[in-house]
Amino acid sequence: MSTDVTAKTPAPAPPGKSGSATGESLLQLMLDGMRRNMRQYGMLFALGLIVVLFAVWTNGDLLLPRNVSNLVLQNSYILILAIGMMLVIIAGHIDLSVGSLTAFVGAVGAVLMVNHDISWPIALVLCLAMGAAAGAAQGFLIAYLGIPSFIVTLAGMLTFRGLTEIFLKGQTIGPFPEGLQKVANSFLPEVGPNTNYHNLTLLLGIGLIAFVVVKEVRDRGRQQEFSLDVLPRNLFLLKLVALIAAVATVTMLLASYKGAPVVLLILGVLVAGFGYLMRNAVIGRHIYAIGGNLPAAKLSGVKDKKVTFLVFLNMGMLAALAGLVFAARFNAASPKAGLNFELEAIAASFIGGASMSGGVGTVLGAIIGGLVLGVLNNGMNLVGIGSDWQQVIKGLVLLAAVGFDVWNKRKVGS
Amino acid sequence: MAGPVLEMRSIVKTFPGVKALSDVTLTVQQGEVHAICGENGAGKSTLMKVLSGVHPHGSYEGDILFEGEVCSFKDIRASEHRGIVIIHQELALVPYLSIAENIFLGNEHASRGLISWTETLRHASELLRRVGLDENPQTRVADIGVGKQQLVEIAKALSKQVKLLILDEPTAALNDEDSGKLLDLILELKNQGITSIIISHKLNEIERVADSVTILRDGRTIETLDVKAPETTEDRIISGMVGRDLEHRFPERTPHHPEEGAAPALEIRDWTVFHPIDQQRKVVDNVSISVRRGEIVGIAGLMGAGRTELAMNVFGRTYGRYAGGTVLRDGKEIRTKTVSEAVGHGIAYVTEDRKHYGLNLIDTINRNITLSALGKVSKRGIVDEHEERQVSEGYRKSMNIKAPTVFEPVGKLSGGNQQKVVLSKWIFAGPEVLILDEPTRGIDVGAKFEIYTVIDKLAAEGKAVVFISSELPELLGMCDRIYTMAAGRLTGEFSRAEASQETLMRQMTKDKEVTR
Repeated sequence: MSTDVTAKTPAPAPPGKSGSATGESLLQLMLDGMRRNMRQYGMLFALGLIVVLFAVWTNGDLLLPRNVSNLVLQNSYILILAIGMMLVIIAGHIDLSVGSLTAFVGAVGAVLMVNHDISWPIALVLCLAMGAAAGAAQGFLIAYLGIPSFIVTLAGMLTFRGLTEIFLKGQTIGPFPEGLQKVANSFLPEVGPNTNYHNLTLLLGIGLIAFVVVKEVRDRGRQQEFSLDVLPRNLFLLKLVALIAAVATVTMLLASYKGAPVVLLILGVLVAGFGYLMRNAVIGRHIYAIGGNLPAAKLSGVKDKKVTFLVFLNMGMLAALAGLVFAARFNAASPKAGLNFELEAIAASFIGGASMSGGVGTVLGAIIGGLVLGVLNNGMNLVGIGSDWQQVIKGLVLLAAVGFDVWNKRKVGS
Repeated sequence: MAGPVLEMRSIVKTFPGVKALSDVTLTVQQGEVHAICGENGAGKSTLMKVLSGVHPHGSYEGDILFEGEVCSFKDIRASEHRGIVIIHQELALVPYLSIAENIFLGNEHASRGLISWTETLRHASELLRRVGLDENPQTRVADIGVGKQQLVEIAKALSKQVKLLILDEPTAALNDEDSGKLLDLILELKNQGITSIIISHKLNEIERVADSVTILRDGRTIETLDVKAPETTEDRIISGMVGRDLEHRFPERTPHHPEEGAAPALEIRDWTVFHPIDQQRKVVDNVSISVRRGEIVGIAGLMGAGRTELAMNVFGRTYGRYAGGTVLRDGKEIRTKTVSEAVGHGIAYVTEDRKHYGLNLIDTINRNITLSALGKVSKRGIVDEHEERQVSEGYRKSMNIKAPTVFEPVGKLSGGNQQKVVLSKWIFAGPEVLILDEPTRGIDVGAKFEIYTVIDKLAAEGKAVVFISSELPELLGMCDRIYTMAAGRLTGEFSRAEASQETLMRQMTKDKEVTR
């Protein structure tokens, strides 16, 4: 019964090249850099590929200024949810209730504003507070009573959906006050001389470019100061040019239509804020720590329960915001609003680099994942692919993205 | 006796960076109960894993002869097929399946994929009778005690036509009564012709059931003794277990002279802890210890002595159920019910299990080092990455953590370097009292010396250090005072001058039954 295991010793892989780097082409450097940072650049690269693919397929319609503007508006609520979902997943949990919560908050908002004529800023604050309360309730059950998040939020998903229907009595309520509609659908105001472009948007774009350049150069300087590995000079310049080109293109596209949507501005603030929080704030570190190794985090004095609670509270608040944006965009609250939003947000997070076991992921990743799905949706609509095949394709993209990640990690790990 | 049933010849097993077995030879006679003893880390469990195919053929050097044939097992199934069954310390039963289902798991009485329940239950009852377990085979395993679960494991082994039964510290989790029953069963099985290997460090147990005993130390066979022979005494076994030449080097330490009158930096009084699941079992029983500023105090004990359990329960109740006791810092009673409270009172606990409890392996060195005291590198809740990098670069250099930058994921480092990260993390927290739990486990000699140096420096700076270790030479080389624990109780306290490996080991192997 004994089997001999013949040890197969693979011949040592021949070293690629041992020559000096002087002769290396820029392309070579780029490929090397990408291989090292597969996780960071992989999805960005995929997003670019999808954009180019659909731009060609739709004869450029995808990149028409009006469509780009539309794309942002169409996906804003999913992206808002994806930010919160990313935090939840990094902490090692899941939230299935956000789609229903989105609908519920929209419904409450509609009843307050339409049926009871409460002014929209007050209603907005009330709705956000309610979302936070709903998130806090679920967070309490998860963090302090130890009920698994999957169960609590599955219950939440059913409960909030049911409450939405009860609240709306099965009807669709609208229209919303003009002020709220404006926030969700309008663009930044027109100022300054007539330049054929939207001035404020151009200004914002230039500001953003300046910020990006200053930040990148300063980061590089700091890294060099600590004699860390930095990108080679020419590759760094290429990266800068690519970043500037990307920002400039989007800016010009938006500026040549009606300018930047107000929602984009809100989204930008959220991304910057939460990105900073996760990267630089103590609470962000604690979220990564409890997701990465909960026992070790506990033994380090991290208040894991409080952190988990806050993560869900935040998710509830963002779901409320998404619910208001969604309701205002369609100018009505409907019992079927937000259907499957939780799944889109979860898919966006995983496409954007989150891990099932927690501890990994970035806010920017969630946005990239959300945009991959958004561009797919939009592009496939433009070329007339039915919603049946759209779902199949989105499913396969999710599988491919995570599968690639698993494969890549195994290759690096061994 | 019909000659040897098992011969393991010159077994060598190396793990990355550590030589677990350097030359082990073991001969077990047909029909005997053969005990293997040695300190933690002597190589007992590794040897049994080699034998049972957990470490497959080809991953070690040397030969295994079973019933006269050379064996090269590629996995556990292969060794079980030959009749070699190992029962691990942590039982491998599925709690929510019945006794009968567990016995035949992976080996079901079935035809065409369908289980024959009558046959399963009939056979299970028969096996349960053989091991003397009076339970319905349809009872869930979760509903019976640990002692009975152990018997189910043995029944499972019997169902596989076991010829050689290996038990890895079978009584470590059992109370006296269950232990007694289990030992009787081993003798009963011996009468039925089943050979057993029992790994144990309880000398009274070995005396009771074993025919011969092999002593391992530092991955080598020291000697095999006939238990019944007059020259086999406890002293001889103990000196075999510990009698290693003190080749380890330790930093020069000036013995500590405690200040008269000053209260100890940390004092634990009458501490008792119950097992988290088995509510009846005391894992720490009325233990009192103290440590002064500048003093290194050791706690010696074998597996299951309750050292880690004591430390973790005191440190924010992170293990077990608290059942009494007080903590004093500089003579004042304090609360340590949460980790934050303990850290707030200047206590740090450096875990023995750095991978599960010490580090976030997927995160970088700098983020691991600052995690327990992020407030020190942040203002108004925002981490100053610049300062954080400087702080952790400082530790990387001073602790000699071998990594190109502090942005390396901790999971990529070697054990010794990971340990340096854990130590850095807790030194950064700025504690006055450090509880170090097996700080040199699984790391190479060079890194050990570096860690000893760090510990020595901490004491010289006036910190109080509690040093938990299973390696007696390092306790003797580093500590001013050493406590011994066994089975949850404090069994002795020795000054540096009084302590020797033999005196310590005698107190560490003191079981409750033994009253001399």
